[in-house]
Amino acid sequence: MKAFVTVIGKDTVGVIARVSGLCAQLGINVEDVTQSVLQGMFAMIMLVDLSACTVTSAELHTAFDKLGDEMGMKINLTRQEVFDAMHTI
Amino acid sequence: MSMIRSGDILETIGMITQENLDVRTVTMGISLLDCIDPDPKKACEKIYNKITTKAANLVKVVEGISTDYGIPIINKRISVTPIAMLLGACPDADPVDFARTLDAAGKAVGVNFVGGYSALVHKGFSAGDVRLIESIPRALAETDIVCSSVNIGSTKSGLNMDAIRMMGYMVKKSAELTADRQCIGAAKLVVFCNAPEDNPFMAGAFHGPGEPDCEIHVGVSGPGAVRAALAKLPKDASIDQVAELVKRTAFKITRLGQLVANLASQQLGVPAGIIDLSLAPTPAVGDSVANILEEMGLEQCGCCGTTACLALLNDAVKKGGVMASNHVGGLSGAFIPVSEDEGMIRAAETGSLTIEKLEAMTAVCSVGLDMIIIPGDTTPEVISGLIADEAAIGMVNSKTTAVRVIPAIGRKAGEILDFGGLLGYGPIMPLNTRSPEVFINRGGRLPAPMQSLKN
Repeated sequence: MKAFVTVIGKDTVGVIARVSGLCAQLGINVEDVTQSVLQGMFAMIMLVDLSACTVTSAELHTAFDKLGDEMGMKINLTRQEVFDAMHTI
Repeated sequence: MSMIRSGDILETIGMITQENLDVRTVTMGISLLDCIDPDPKKACEKIYNKITTKAANLVKVVEGISTDYGIPIINKRISVTPIAMLLGACPDADPVDFARTLDAAGKAVGVNFVGGYSALVHKGFSAGDVRLIESIPRALAETDIVCSSVNIGSTKSGLNMDAIRMMGYMVKKSAELTADRQCIGAAKLVVFCNAPEDNPFMAGAFHGPGEPDCEIHVGVSGPGAVRAALAKLPKDASIDQVAELVKRTAFKITRLGQLVANLASQQLGVPAGIIDLSLAPTPAVGDSVANILEEMGLEQCGCCGTTACLALLNDAVKKGGVMASNHVGGLSGAFIPVSEDEGMIRAAETGSLTIEKLEAMTAVCSVGLDMIIIPGDTTPEVISGLIADEAAIGMVNSKTTAVRVIPAIGRKAGEILDFGGLLGYGPIMPLNTRSPEVFINRGGRLPAPMQSLKN
């Protein structure tokens, strides 16, 4: 059960640390991380494995929304299947 | 990063968060043919039980998919066998009792709409059809989430002019009975030619007699994503490049719909029906089919060139979507409702878009004259004339066409009606008020057109 966490917004100190810290807390393994700039905005993408996640998906979304609000950034969690469907034939 | 490029990941996230990409509807089609009973009370009981059993987990499962996968899914709906087919067995029943049953069952399972308070009368009336049609205004006024449709013509059978005459009155009456609620009754009523039997979109959804017992249809959306993609294309890019980009974007949007259809079908244990490859606008800024046409290079939707741009869009959406889905059905194409599309509303307000231009556009779009607010004093015969014109376009061109107009009772051209939510708001558009009364009152059946010797 893999998913991509995207964090988009104005770059601040400790983005990776805080997001991966929350992942560790919830039993989510971070498998890969990349960063880029999208239309002047900072964008971080994490590939994560949710199979050992300790909370429900609704709680997971709430936790990421809360962290996003604290950092002033938009965090999205989207399952890998969505990107596979849209971007591979 | 895995097999997927980060640019693709950010594109998808941008489509969802900024460009209103969503799956517009997951609609469960349920056959009610096994609920037919000469005792209307028993029939209604069977209907209620079947809907609340089959769709018991629909909302929960679809919301779960939305949360688990991070895909916005806006509506959960149900379509059922045309109620006129059940009504035929109980000649003394009050048809509105069936509408109340659909309303109660839909509310019990938490769906947004139930479609199928319908009759298929393209060749003539069978038992139950006339009673159902005559009860439509009352049914729509006395229920909240029930939608109604009537198929009055087809390419193979011609146009049932008696039904067209009746429907002019029913549209007007539906608005009159809900005049205190922005005439909402008429917004829940569609008059079709060549109605598809597997359409997941409201208000015209019903579960045709050729469909299986229960199935899941998905209607995709995403005009905002198509517009945003076109906005990045240089203004001197050729029209071939425009078509190619629409196809590519439609492919991605549709794959998302197919993924949701597969998941919903699997989790509900119900076969997947069709994907409706539609661009369905919302009143949100930027989520507009009119804006796509303007992005192609029109000053404002409705100007000369609009029909050509819409023809390209409608065709490219299908070409992109067909490869992305297992089974295509429903209406599939670009919708051009006025009150549900921010760009159409603006074009109607400035006078760039007229009903006559909309009629031309319906020859190349996926449906027809949709969510158009007309003056409250429009006569039923004029509405019937409008229906006949629109149905003739569908009949001759072997395509679905429909009329969903809302007479704004007590109001005149220039004022507005505001339905709220996805139904939106819009200005009252003037239309030609000269009378087609003699033509409409002739009745009979307008003959089906030649299907060969085409020029």
